[in-house]
Amino acid sequence: MIELVCPAGSLPALKAAVDNGADSVYLGFRDATNARNFAGLNFDEAAIAEGIRYAHQRGRKVLLALNTYPQAANWQLWREAVDRAAGAGIDAIILADPGLMEYARNKHPGLRLHLSVQGSATNYEAINFYHEQFGISRAVLPRVLSMQQVEHLIRHVKTEIEVFGFGSLCVMVEGRCALSSYATGESPNTAGVCSPAKAIRWQQTPKGLESRLNGVLIDRYQPDENASYPTLCKGRFEVEGETYYAIEEPASLNTMELLPQLVQMGVKAIKIEGRQRSPAYVAQVTQAWRSAIDACGDGKRRFATHPSWSAALDRVAEGQQHTLGAYHRKWK
Amino acid sequence: MSMLKLALGPVLYYWPRLTMFEFYQQVAESPVDIVYLGEVVCSRRHELRLPDWLDIAALLRDAGKEVVLSTQALIESGAELTTMRKLCEHRDFLVEANDFGAVRNLEGAGFIAGPHLNIYSEPTLAVLARQGARRWVAPLEMDRTAIATLLKTQPAGMESEVFAWGRMPLAFSARCMTARNRNLPKDDCQFSCIDYPDGLIMDTREQKAFLVLNGIQTQSALCCNLVRVMPEMADMGINVLRISPQSRDTLEVVAAFDKVRRGEWQAPHAAVMLEPLAPGGSCDGFWYGQPGMERVA
Repeated sequence: MIELVCPAGSLPALKAAVDNGADSVYLGFRDATNARNFAGLNFDEAAIAEGIRYAHQRGRKVLLALNTYPQAANWQLWREAVDRAAGAGIDAIILADPGLMEYARNKHPGLRLHLSVQGSATNYEAINFYHEQFGISRAVLPRVLSMQQVEHLIRHVKTEIEVFGFGSLCVMVEGRCALSSYATGESPNTAGVCSPAKAIRWQQTPKGLESRLNGVLIDRYQPDENASYPTLCKGRFEVEGETYYAIEEPASLNTMELLPQLVQMGVKAIKIEGRQRSPAYVAQVTQAWRSAIDACGDGKRRFATHPSWSAALDRVAEGQQHTLGAYHRKWK
Repeated sequence: MSMLKLALGPVLYYWPRLTMFEFYQQVAESPVDIVYLGEVVCSRRHELRLPDWLDIAALLRDAGKEVVLSTQALIESGAELTTMRKLCEHRDFLVEANDFGAVRNLEGAGFIAGPHLNIYSEPTLAVLARQGARRWVAPLEMDRTAIATLLKTQPAGMESEVFAWGRMPLAFSARCMTARNRNLPKDDCQFSCIDYPDGLIMDTREQKAFLVLNGIQTQSALCCNLVRVMPEMADMGINVLRISPQSRDTLEVVAAFDKVRRGEWQAPHAAVMLEPLAPGGSCDGFWYGQPGMERVA
């Protein structure tokens, strides 16, 4: 059966994931070594130890994201994080940086390595590079490939493949986007953040409610409109006199209806996005996906998404909208 | 302190075939030392095919330039992989790898590690050096302190390059934002990029130019301009400065950088002279560790 990989930004979220049927939970340390480096989020040593104990007692796995890029001045911090993770008894670490992969491979040969989505490997040649050089066991695919491309890729790699199933949608190739640092000085690659909260200002004006990122107007809302978090690629902008979501609407990715196809083409694991979300989100989404995966099985039986699962996901979706993203060719 | 080399980056836009040939005729006579060639953004662009690129490469090599064939940054389809492999197999010219699939195919080839490989630290640069890289290009968002740190520990014989002029290629997507602007699907984009020789400006709702849509690539609306810090870059030991082509005045920009490196112009004077040639105005924030869109100097 396909593995359900769920996010945890805190110990309560981890427990919610485990209790609601996650096969694996992924998390990060409380620092810039992971791509969800948000205030009040993530795990210190004690919380990780407790999280691993809780998951392992119930036969589940814990994966640690170390998926930012070690920086020139202090790359040793990332190596220490690898050592700490290995010492804590983590089941796998999720890495983006080749130098760090090499270190992990040499220092902890028994430790399982996953290639992070931040590694932006969008083709099998790239994945095979990481596999041959560093022995990665699994690759997480960027959210840019169509179903056909995913299927083609799987036929040409020896590693397991994990894809995103649900959550906030990055329209850019992860690991290849410096838009956030262009506007704010901090990006996912360098600081583990995109459109960081500290750079955001909300202001009520005569023209409407405005969201700004380091002064740049990202969007403006009329009283009847739902305001969303001003991720800079999801605002409304003007191009040739027309105002629209020039890059991407604030929508959530939801691939549940594709589940049988994903299973049949050999996808090993489905990832739920949202380490920055609440334990209630994690519980709700995990439960819906657990039900769907159990109903789907080996992908050969008849499968339809149950209205109650969709309703649960709708309640937590960004902008209350869903998209199949790049899996659906026309989206591109 | 050896003299900085000037490189012309790959043309990031979709220009008509004749424009491209005319452009590179002029480049052949310009003082640039290195020229990067090839389509790095979108495989649907077809004004020039591989034989055309190789003709241009030969022309430039005969003019004494170091020619580098650049691979596409975002490779998804089987056809794109085939194109990438053809470039990598072409051992007559150097190749710039812009993803790790290309790095795999260039093992031992003495390649250029491009700006999209995310080389932020010494151990990663060492991996690429072992694979055969002879020059690395700093990520766009890397600041001078980080670059200086990496230069101190870079492997012997390794060259370094910094993006010094042009609208910055900041992001790649599977989605084509230019086709989206025309409500066209990417697979039937009608090659709309050809209408925007410097990309399609995206303003905020306050009519402030913010980004530039260039097919599947998103660029800064402001032009990175580091001419002012050329002496500092030479002192740091940076070897190569990259100038990114734009539809107008590219060779004037090259000439100004050339005058500064030869000591004929002072850098601050060149900065003043180049300001009107910067599409959308200039910025230098990344160099100083600030938001990229800011102008510090």
